[in-house]
Amino acid sequence: MSSYWAMSGYAAYVWPSVGLTVALLVANVLWARQLAREARAEARRRIASQDAS
Amino acid sequence: MNWVWFHRFGSPPYFYSVAGRIVPWLAWPAASLIVAGLYGGLVLAPPDYQQSDAARIMYVHVPAAYVGLMAYIVMAMAAAIGLVWRLKVSHAVAAACAPIGASFTAVCLVTGMLWGQPMWGTWWAWDPRLVSMLVLLFFFLGYLGLRGAIDDTARADRASAVLAVVGVVNVPIVHYSVIWWNSLHQGPSLLRKGGPAMPASMWVPLVLVIFGFTFYFYAVTLMRARAEVMRRERGGQWVRDVLKATGDKP
Repeated sequence: MSSYWAMSGYAAYVWPSVGLTVALLVANVLWARQLAREARAEARRRIASQDAS
Repeated sequence: MNWVWFHRFGSPPYFYSVAGRIVPWLAWPAASLIVAGLYGGLVLAPPDYQQSDAARIMYVHVPAAYVGLMAYIVMAMAAAIGLVWRLKVSHAVAAACAPIGASFTAVCLVTGMLWGQPMWGTWWAWDPRLVSMLVLLFFFLGYLGLRGAIDDTARADRASAVLAVVGVVNVPIVHYSVIWWNSLHQGPSLLRKGGPAMPASMWVPLVLVIFGFTFYFYAVTLMRARAEVMRRERGGQWVRDVLKATGDKP
C-alpha cells in the first residue's frame, strides 16, 4: 500500500497535481454557490428598499 | 426550423428556472464520471512504460486543459451571440465561463509544471504549447479585468465580448502548436489517426474524467450564470416572485 502512495518516487509531483485539481473542483462549486447567495441577498435588499419607499 | 425555444432562453426568468432544473442532471453524471475516471486512472491503470507513475498526472492535466479550451470557446460563442442579438442572458453566460476557464487553465499550467519538472528537467520552457496556453490564461484574465474596469454593465458586456471573440484565434494555435512547431510537449495522443496512443486501460479512464469535467463545467457555468442573471435583474418582478416562492433555497 505504501508503495502505491510512493508513485515510484513521483509522489511529490503526482499527489500535488491531484490535490490541486480536486481543490479546483470543490472551490468552483463553493464560489458559484457564494455568488448565488450574494445575488439573492442583494435582490432581497433591493426589494425591501422598494417596498419601504 | 422553429427557433422559439432558443429565443425563450433570452428571457431571464425562463433561463433562471430552466437552468436551475438542469444543474442537478449535470452535477450527478459529473461526480460519478470524475470519481470513476480518477479511480481508473490513479489506481487501476498501469504505469507508463517510459514515465512510470509520473504519467498519472495526465488524468488531471489533460482534462483541465480540455476544460480551459472548451470554456474559452463557449465564452466566445456566448459573447458573440450577446453582441449580435443583444441578449443579456448570453452575456451573463459568457461572464460565467471566464473565471471557471481561467481557473482550469491555471491548474493545467501548474500540473504541467509538476509533470515537466521530473520528465523534462524543467518547470517551464518557452515552448509553443506552453506559451499559447499561457496566452489563453491572459485572455481570460484580460476579459475579467476589462469587465471589472467598466461600471456600466451593458458597456462592459460589449467591450469584453469583443475581446473574447478576438481571442478565439488563440484556440486553434493552442491545439496545433504541437504539430506546427517543434515542441517539447508531446503531440495529440487521444484523438489521432490510428486511434489512441495508449491501451484502453489508460484512455478509458482519461475519457471518463474528460466527460466528467465537461458535465461539471456546464453545471458550474449554469450556477454562476443564474446568479449573474439574478444580480442584473434584482429590481425585477420575476426576481421578487422567485424569492417569494423559494424562500432561502437556491
